[in-house]
Amino acid sequence: MRKLALSDEILLSIEKPARYIGGEVNMVKKDLSAADIRFAMCFPDVYEIGMSHLGMQILYDMFNRREDIYCERIFSPWTDLDQIMREQNIPLFALESQDPIKKFDFIGITLQYEMCYTNILQVLDLGQIPLHWADRTEEDPIIIGGGPCAYNPEPLAEFFDMFYIGEGETVYFELMDRYKENKKNGGSRREFLEMVSEIEGIYVPAFYDVTYKEDGTIESMKPNNPHAKEKITKQMVVTMDEAYYIEKPVVPFIKVTQDRVVLEVMRGCIRGCRFCQAGNVYRPLREHSLEYLKDYACKLLKSTGHEEISLSSLSSSDYSHLEGIVNFLIDEFKDKGVNISLPSLRIDAFSLDVMSKVQDIRKSSLTFAPEAGSQRLRDVINKGLTEEIILKGAGEAFQGGWNRVKLYFMLGLPTETVEDMEGIAELSEKVAEVYYEIPKDQRNGKVQVVASSSFFVPKPFTPFQWARMCTKEEFLERAYIVKDKFKKMLNQKSLKYNYHEADLTVLEGVLARGDRKISALIEEVYKNGAIYDSWSEHFKNDIWMKAFETCGLDADFYTVRERDLEEVFPWDFIDPGVSKEFLKREWQNAINEKVTPNCRERCSGCGAMDFKGGVCYEA
Amino acid sequence: MKLRIKFSKQGPVKFVGHLDVMRYFQKAMRRAGVDIKYSEGFSPHQIMSFAAPLGVGLTSNGEYMDIEVHSMEDCKTMMDQLNEVMAEGIRITECHMLNERAKNAMSLVAAADYTLTFREGKQPKDLDAFLKGLLEFVKQEHILIIKKTKKGEREVDLKDFIYELSVQGETIFMKVSAGSADNLKPELVMEAYYQWLGQTCPEFAFQIQREEVYGNTGDEEHRILVPLGLIGESLE
Repeated sequence: MRKLALSDEILLSIEKPARYIGGEVNMVKKDLSAADIRFAMCFPDVYEIGMSHLGMQILYDMFNRREDIYCERIFSPWTDLDQIMREQNIPLFALESQDPIKKFDFIGITLQYEMCYTNILQVLDLGQIPLHWADRTEEDPIIIGGGPCAYNPEPLAEFFDMFYIGEGETVYFELMDRYKENKKNGGSRREFLEMVSEIEGIYVPAFYDVTYKEDGTIESMKPNNPHAKEKITKQMVVTMDEAYYIEKPVVPFIKVTQDRVVLEVMRGCIRGCRFCQAGNVYRPLREHSLEYLKDYACKLLKSTGHEEISLSSLSSSDYSHLEGIVNFLIDEFKDKGVNISLPSLRIDAFSLDVMSKVQDIRKSSLTFAPEAGSQRLRDVINKGLTEEIILKGAGEAFQGGWNRVKLYFMLGLPTETVEDMEGIAELSEKVAEVYYEIPKDQRNGKVQVVASSSFFVPKPFTPFQWARMCTKEEFLERAYIVKDKFKKMLNQKSLKYNYHEADLTVLEGVLARGDRKISALIEEVYKNGAIYDSWSEHFKNDIWMKAFETCGLDADFYTVRERDLEEVFPWDFIDPGVSKEFLKREWQNAINEKVTPNCRERCSGCGAMDFKGGVCYEA
Repeated sequence: MKLRIKFSKQGPVKFVGHLDVMRYFQKAMRRAGVDIKYSEGFSPHQIMSFAAPLGVGLTSNGEYMDIEVHSMEDCKTMMDQLNEVMAEGIRITECHMLNERAKNAMSLVAAADYTLTFREGKQPKDLDAFLKGLLEFVKQEHILIIKKTKKGEREVDLKDFIYELSVQGETIFMKVSAGSADNLKPELVMEAYYQWLGQTCPEFAFQIQREEVYGNTGDEEHRILVPLGLIGESLE
């Protein structure tokens, strides 16, 4: 029987002790004496969030397939356990062996959203590992960052020994081999970092110096070590069916956010929405074959016992074999007690037919993501969803018995006018009108249209990386404009409007496009007690505001400032495939309200073709 | 076809709560390929019920659940199939076919056996005297405890719900009333004893293990306690 790191007394004192015990179905158990490398995979948030992340499961399974690597899991302790661990000086441990994480060779931390950055420091701190790479000794684990936020690693540059830019399936094994080689040769930590600096996709912050201009922007970023590359190229799986795939995902004991089999049908996106970082950095679109997915779905459901399966990708409607896989899932699993959960699909005859099959009597919400309230603004952001499409789709759904619609919007988009903002309420009203135009006997009660606004945050490697971001006050003012407009709608009783937290959005904006100076800010807020910033109940804006003052940093420099086309950005040393010239063209197209066709309609020369795969090479 | 399944729960999975154990078994049935029956209606779910929820932190050698299946090979095969997909610490120990008119496990529950062991550092200074005193305590005509409720304090007599209590070495054994009507938690007995001693029961003093769950095949006046696994099996 496994020995736990935490005593019974502690586990019985805290919320959801099963977060911390490991031992789940399909958890990997290995003999430590046979493992040359101990790798801890970390999702810096609570277990239920981290265990819902597909990428982590992929890497966990991939590493553990190698007999010489034992990969274990780490999650952030929740606030109640965090306090106890600090009071009793208990080191953070991995779930599998319950060993302290400082005993590991590597800790790989996935960076999924900016507001988990303080949790990264929590993990290192509770792990009793020095926060700064400069302070780590030969005995300390090597800290690796990866995931989507690694496309701008600079705010975290002080805390990580290296970053892996791109998809984990490609060069991690080479990195592990170099580690064993270096160790066998009696090489130092620095020698190892120099070795891996030469691997494509690996960025070692220590080997680059950044200098700044008088105005605070970057003068230059140059290698200070002969092993370091000028450019870090994204690493990518070209042929999806040849990538590693999970055979036996870990099945959590407690209910996690995504308590289901997640079937990744493809990576990348063809749509080219200009606000979307993922849609740019995961180019080109690469699909799994239908046969692969059928086989995979059967295996995953069998090895987990999950009662639900869902499709996953940035734009599942664009998957070439969507009808094939959905019909297969229905035919194969519907009668075996398995729910098929569909992502927000383009509403058309096929998807309504499918939804009626999987939802039977219960008609849950339809979801549309117009993102902008007017066609003009939807053209600016290159969101190819027209009012006509939305209203036609909603109409067909209403005829089919649905009576709930969710609409997702963003506020604060570049070039946004009052007319665009008010268009959010007007579009919602039109959706309700479509419902009430149906004869009463054919309707299913009263319609409910819920509109939701997030606030726009410009991201690296998007055409909007040059864009000015709204201040908190501007965001709220715009939300009030929308809210007031909703109150003037004829069917306002059928409409509802929600908007996001503005304070959090501003900080996200700082972290998203931040430079190395931001490291000190993150450390300052962490030391003043900020963790779990992405949870509104634990977010403490005043700690952040005070930290800006203490560090002598101006949030507006990172958010409100309009950027020159020639400015050197903190992330410019990374090559994600899409070129800066392409992004500049798209930024200009946005200003000109000009639409760019999707990748299957016409190639826009983004640069991703250099990867020699995916949609760029479709017949 | 109705089945009664007995399982044990040992080790770290004692921190998995009852609702999560239910969800765990739903997935285990699918992993094992059990041809389980689903309820009808808008939200079909597996027909599965548990006899007596076990508290977080308790271990058990005597947990029961009833399921209904469309088909199966035999009980041995069913056990093997399930044990093939169990998490560490959960083991299927018995499988019994029930007759179609058998009452469901939860409604049958009448008593349960528990063993209590002091956790490290929680033992009283004079353990021997403590345990001797406990045996004297339960011989009293009334066993009173002050229970705190929302409306203040209330005095409860536990005497009639303690069927057996003995000491084996340093382990306390209890057979107590269980079920929806008169469910007695072993911790409450110990709390009553500490109160009687004029002391406070230390938090987390005991590791408690459930050993068995019983149904009553007699009546209120003359209890005949039979393990749930042995009730309802005959095919009349």
